[in-house]
Amino acid sequence: MSDITPEIVESHGLSREEYDRVLSALGREPNLVELGIFSVMWSEHCSYKSSRIHLKNLPTEAPWVICGPGENAGVIDIGDGQAAIFKMESHNHPSYIEPYQGAATGVGGILRDVFTMGARPVANANALRFGRPDHPKMQHLVKGVVAGIGGYGNCVGVPTVAGETNFHPGYDGNILVNAMTVGVADADKIFYSAATGLGNPIVYVGSKTGRDGIHGATMASAEFDENSDEKRPTVQVGDPFTEKLLIEACLELMATDAIVAIQDMGAAGLTSSSVEMASKGGAGIRLDMNAVPCREEGMTPYEMMLSESQERMLMVLKPGREAEAEAIFRKWELDFAVIGEVTDTGHMVLEWNGEVVCDIPLAPLADDAPLYDRPYLSQDEYKAWAQVKPLGAVPERTDIAADLLKLMASPDLASRRWIYEQYDSQVGADTLQTGGDAGVVRVHGTNKALATTTDCTPRYVYADPFEGGKQAVAEAYRNLCAVGARPLAITNCLNFGSPQRPEIMAQIVHALDGMGEACRALDFPVVSGNVSLYNESKATGGGSAILPTPAIGGVGLLDDYTQMARIGFAAESDEIFVIGSDVETLGQSLYLRVVHGAEAGAPPAVDLAAERQLGEAVRSLIASGAVSAVHDVSDGGLLVAVAEMALASGIGAELEPLRAAAAFGEAQGRYVVTARDAAALEGHGLPVRRIGRTGGDALIINGQPLALADLRTAHQSFFRDWMEG
Amino acid sequence: MAVRAAVITFPGSNCDRDMAVAIEQVVGAPALRVWHGDTALPDRVDFIALPGGFSYGDYLRSGAMAARSPIMRAVVDAAGRGVPVLGVCNGFQVLTEAGLLPGALMRNAGMNFICRTAALKVENAGSLFTSAYRAGEDIRIPVAHHDGNYFADAETLDRLEGEGRVAFRYIEACNGSQRNIAGVLSENGRVLGMMPHPERAIDAAHGGVDGRRLFESVVASVVAA
Repeated sequence: MSDITPEIVESHGLSREEYDRVLSALGREPNLVELGIFSVMWSEHCSYKSSRIHLKNLPTEAPWVICGPGENAGVIDIGDGQAAIFKMESHNHPSYIEPYQGAATGVGGILRDVFTMGARPVANANALRFGRPDHPKMQHLVKGVVAGIGGYGNCVGVPTVAGETNFHPGYDGNILVNAMTVGVADADKIFYSAATGLGNPIVYVGSKTGRDGIHGATMASAEFDENSDEKRPTVQVGDPFTEKLLIEACLELMATDAIVAIQDMGAAGLTSSSVEMASKGGAGIRLDMNAVPCREEGMTPYEMMLSESQERMLMVLKPGREAEAEAIFRKWELDFAVIGEVTDTGHMVLEWNGEVVCDIPLAPLADDAPLYDRPYLSQDEYKAWAQVKPLGAVPERTDIAADLLKLMASPDLASRRWIYEQYDSQVGADTLQTGGDAGVVRVHGTNKALATTTDCTPRYVYADPFEGGKQAVAEAYRNLCAVGARPLAITNCLNFGSPQRPEIMAQIVHALDGMGEACRALDFPVVSGNVSLYNESKATGGGSAILPTPAIGGVGLLDDYTQMARIGFAAESDEIFVIGSDVETLGQSLYLRVVHGAEAGAPPAVDLAAERQLGEAVRSLIASGAVSAVHDVSDGGLLVAVAEMALASGIGAELEPLRAAAAFGEAQGRYVVTARDAAALEGHGLPVRRIGRTGGDALIINGQPLALADLRTAHQSFFRDWMEG
Repeated sequence: MAVRAAVITFPGSNCDRDMAVAIEQVVGAPALRVWHGDTALPDRVDFIALPGGFSYGDYLRSGAMAARSPIMRAVVDAAGRGVPVLGVCNGFQVLTEAGLLPGALMRNAGMNFICRTAALKVENAGSLFTSAYRAGEDIRIPVAHHDGNYFADAETLDRLEGEGRVAFRYIEACNGSQRNIAGVLSENGRVLGMMPHPERAIDAAHGGVDGRRLFESVVASVVAA
C-alpha cells in the first residue's frame, strides 16, 4: 500500500512539511485512507491552523456562559433552567459553485450543530455578501442563495428572522453565505460530544452515505481558480425533509437518558465526527466500515470517511439502549446502524472486509496538527498597503432629500422585501419582530424572548481592521439594545482571504484584536464561531481577496417581551431625538460611495465605554416605556435611520435643518428614539438632541416635503427592477 | 364539555404544534395529537385539523403522499360522518389530494415562496368555520407557501362561487390563485381548506388576532350540536 506519491499528497492539499508531520505522527507511510483522514483533519477548515493562535485572545467567559467555543455550538443561560444554544457558520465556497444547494446545506449544517446539543432550533439568521449587482453571475447567485436558504429553513420549520445583505465588487468572485441558528434547551439537558465508556456502541443515524461532498473541507481551504466549476461534485446536496425527521427523532431520543455523546457529521463527515468524539473523550474508536449505511454500492472506506453527505449524526449510546433508540429512528423512517464501539486503545481503527484499513493514533492527529504563526503587517504597514484615500474635502450639496432618495434606492440600503418574503419568518408562531434592528422570537410558553442580529461593516474593516473589528461587535450590541434586549454573547464567522499573504493576515490579527477589545468592554463574550479563509478568486480575473468580513451573530434576552421596542414611529406628534455621539464624519460612509462615488477616509471610531453606557440607558428607557420607537444609526447615517422609521410605520416627520455630514455621516454610538417630550429622556446623563417631530405623510427636510410614497417607491425599486423587471 | 380536537402530524408537518397551541388557547383543552401511521382517530373526535408544513418533503406533489397515509382513510370516513375538518396550507393541499375538496394548489405564479400578512375578504360567514366573522369583512392573516396557487376549471369555480363555497378571497392578488381564492368549503360546508394560517393570528403578540374567530366558530358549532 505504499503508493503515496508526491502528486497524491499535493492533491490532498498537504504541504511537504505537513506530510512529514504525518510520517512522524504515524511512524510510517500512510495508506490512502489514512492520508485522506489527515488531509481533512489538518485542512484549514477543520484545524484552524492559521487562526488558532489569534483566536485564543478572544474572551469566551461570563457568568452566564455554560459552554464556550470547542463544542458544536455555544451555550448560554437564559434563566428559569433554560439555555440558548447558537452558532454561525460559513458556506461560501459551495454557494459560489452551486448557490441553491450551497446555501441550503449551509442552513442544514448549522441547524445540526445546534440540535446536536439538545436544543430545538427556534430562529435562523444569515449574513450574505454579494458582488456588483451588474456582475454577469450575480443575479443567478442571489436568486439561488435566497431560494436555497428559504427552501431549507422553510421546510424544516425554523423561522428565518434576521439577516443582512451587502453588495461590493470585492465579492464578485467569492460570495459569502453565513448562516446562524439559535435554539433553546433545558440547561440540564445539554448534550456534548466526548465519547466515553469502553465498549459503548457507536451508532450512525440519519441519511445514507453517498459520494457527494468528498473533499469539501479541502476545497473550502483553497482559493478558487478558473476551473472552480469542475468542483461542483464536491458540493453536497441537502434534503430538509430528512433533516426535519432527524430533528424530531434526535429530540425524542434526547428526552430519554440513552445518549452518552452525540456529534453531527458536518465538514469532513464521518472522519471529523469520529475523530473529535474519540479525542474529546480521550478514548479510542473502532468502526466497521461494512456497517455504514451507503447510498451506492461499491463505496470504499476512503469515500465513506470523506463523504460530506448531509443529514447524518454519530452517537455513543449507553450499552443495551440500542433497541429503544432504533425504534425511535425507525418510526421517523431514518437509517440506524451500530457501526462500532468505543475502545481504550487511543487509536482510530477502521475495519473493512475483515481487514484493518486504517490505524491512526489519535493523540498525534490532534496534537501534531500544524499550527502557524504566519507573518502579518503592523497596523501602520497595513494602512500603507491598503492605500485608503484620505477623506479630503467633500463638496457640499444642497438637495439632501434627493441624496436620501438615491441612498434608499442603492443596493446596500434598498428594501430587502424581495429576500425576506421568501423566508418563512412566522413558523413556530412565536416570532415577535422581523425587519427591525434585531429578529425577536418568544421563548415558547414563556414571557421571555431571544433577540438575534448579524452585523459587520466590511468596508470599515478593510480601511481599519482594528476599528472595523470593534465596530462589528458594537453594532451587534447596539442592535440588541435597540429592541430592548440585554446582549449576552456572540458567535462569529471570520471570512478572510489567504492567510499566506501578510496583508490578509494583518486583517485577521488586527480585526480579532478589535473584536476582543469590544467583547471585553461590552461583557459580550464569544461562545462559538467559524473561520473561513482563502476567500479569493482568480475566476473573475482579479486574484483579489474579499473585503475582510468578520461577521458577528449576537444574541440577547428580553425578560418580558411586552416591553420590546420597534423601529416604526408609534404615533403622530412624538418628539424625535438622537441620543449619543455628535461627531460628524463622512469617512467610509455609504453616502460617500453612492453619491460621490468614493470610498475614502477613516471609518468612524467606536468609543466602547460610551457604547456600553448608552446601551444600558436605552434598555432602561425601553423597559420603563419612556420611548415609543428606537432605531440604531448605522449604514447611511441619521437621515436613513429616520427614513426607515417612517417607512416602517407610514408616519412622516418634520425635521430640523440638516447638512449632509450630519444627515449621512456614520458616527457610531447613536440611537434615534421618539418620546412624548424631552423630559421622558432625563435622568440618564445622556447627550440628547431633538431633531424633529413625527406626523404627516412626508419627511420634511430643510423645509421641503419628500412624500413617503415616493420614498417607499425608491426603497422598493432596486430589487423589484433587478429581479422582477 | 370540552371540544375534542385532533391535530394530525405527518412526517414533515411543521405547524402541528402551532395548530395545537392555537386550538388549546381557544378551546381551553389540549388538542389530541395523532400520528400519520395510526389507522384510527381518537374516540369521539369533534374536530380534525391538518396542519401546515412540508409533509413528505413535498415530494411527488405537495400533499400527495400524505393524502395516502393510513390516518387519511379515517379522516375521510370522519368527514363523511360530518366531523368538521380544517386543512391549513399543506393541510389544504392534502385535502385536495385526498379528494375532500375540489381543485389543486399549484406553484405560486411568481415561482417564489411567499411569506407575508395577507388581507382577506370573508366571502361566506355562514359556515361552521366562519360564523364569528361578518360577511364581507376584511381580515388579515399570514400566508407562507410555495404552492398556494389555487386552480380549478371554470365550471368548478362557477359552482363553488354559486354555492357559497369560497370562504376567503385575497383582496390583492397573492399567488396567482384563480379568482383570488384563498379558502374553499366542501359541498356540505363541513370541510375547509385554506392557504393562510389562522393559527398564526391568535394572540396580540402575533400582531393580529383575526385567526382566532375561526376556531371560536368551530367551538360554537360543536357546542351547539
